[in-house]
Amino acid sequence: MLNVGKIEEGFVLDHIPAGKSMSIYYHLGLDKLDCTVAIIKNARSNIMGKKDIIKVECDINMLDLDVLAVIDHTITINVIKDGVIVEKRVLELPKELKGIMKCRNPRCITSIEQELPHIFYLADPVRELYRCRYCDEKNTERF
Amino acid sequence: MRHLMNPLDFSVEELDKLFDLAADIEKNPEKYAHKCEGKKLATCFYEPSTRTRLSFETAMLNLGGSVIGFSDAGSSSAAKGESVSDTIRVISCFADICAMRHPKEGAPMVAASRSSIPVINAGDGGHQHPTQTLTDLLTIRALKGRLDHFTIGLCGDLKFGRTVHSLVNALARYSDIHFVFISPEELRIPGYLRDTLWDRALSFEEVIRLEDVMPKLDLLYMTRVQRERFFNEEDYVRLKDFYILNRAKMERAREDMLVLHPLPRVNEISVEVDDDPRAVYFKQVQYGVYVRMALILTLLELV
Repeated sequence: MLNVGKIEEGFVLDHIPAGKSMSIYYHLGLDKLDCTVAIIKNARSNIMGKKDIIKVECDINMLDLDVLAVIDHTITINVIKDGVIVEKRVLELPKELKGIMKCRNPRCITSIEQELPHIFYLADPVRELYRCRYCDEKNTERF
Repeated sequence: MRHLMNPLDFSVEELDKLFDLAADIEKNPEKYAHKCEGKKLATCFYEPSTRTRLSFETAMLNLGGSVIGFSDAGSSSAAKGESVSDTIRVISCFADICAMRHPKEGAPMVAASRSSIPVINAGDGGHQHPTQTLTDLLTIRALKGRLDHFTIGLCGDLKFGRTVHSLVNALARYSDIHFVFISPEELRIPGYLRDTLWDRALSFEEVIRLEDVMPKLDLLYMTRVQRERFFNEEDYVRLKDFYILNRAKMERAREDMLVLHPLPRVNEISVEVDDDPRAVYFKQVQYGVYVRMALILTLLELV
């Protein structure tokens, strides 16, 4: 089995559904960070069968948790200090998302006024449904 | 400062106050004839809508105020590429309140977020048309004396008709309403609205033939079924007569049933029904003026 070493300072994203790690890598902007990032794909998991893991050696505050929650709010975040887990963060679906998803409704005002921020509100937490704040069209973008 | 973007922006209690005010305006118009003296309403209509614009303008003139504005995008700065945000900032310097109609959904909300005066959504594409819903509610309350405990039939294009969706959402807040949705298969209420009704445990049924349900209705809200909404001509020809209200169908209705329609009517209500005292769609237009007067007074905080 492949071993990836512990990190001293940073965070670990665990229980990522297998195959989703690269999408998370790009959506979180990890490709733009000047720090060590390890992506482990298809790791064995008792609960999930297979899972992905991402280890990042940088401050947790550089992470946009809203983006992560929208991608998959069941992902576990372990904050590491001095090589040990000091905090486990649970993700919640954000009530509002700004600049993360784009409204695809051609009848929406955002389609002609380019400078407007694309804002979505959580319309149905059970169905994990977001709607555009301007036109109420549901989000169809998948990560 | 408040705006009106969606009929649900006002609570049931706030709507009661608004409708009480509208009822008082109807009874004592002279009491309100000078309430808006010195105030200006801007009607910013980026697409033509003669009746809604004239209703707003009449409402402001009845209150003693004056009106400025434009009636299509071509005669506004939008033709030069000005954004809604910039336009409303400019309009805020000229007027005290603005009624905006725009073909793009959410445009009045953008205006409201940048405005220093109250903004009323006068229709944004197929999205919301709150003053039509307020008009419908006031008409029902004024003529039925209540907004609860009745069976309402909604007939025609229930899939694309925004007035139907708004009215259903607004009435869903009142108790003991039974909805009867009357439409061809192709034009049934959208899934999200059905989900809302299920989630809130509201009573409703979906039927195809209007005449079958006429005897049980307290109210009938008619809308137009457009030929282009059907997938094929054969279905249109087969079904179109189901949705034309005529004297024969009215004979099956209760004596106190009321017929409403957001207008314009094309051929879905025969002109022979117009003289029936139960046909209240032209009275509805008058209630539209009263409710807009009440709304202007409320948003300008003049009551």
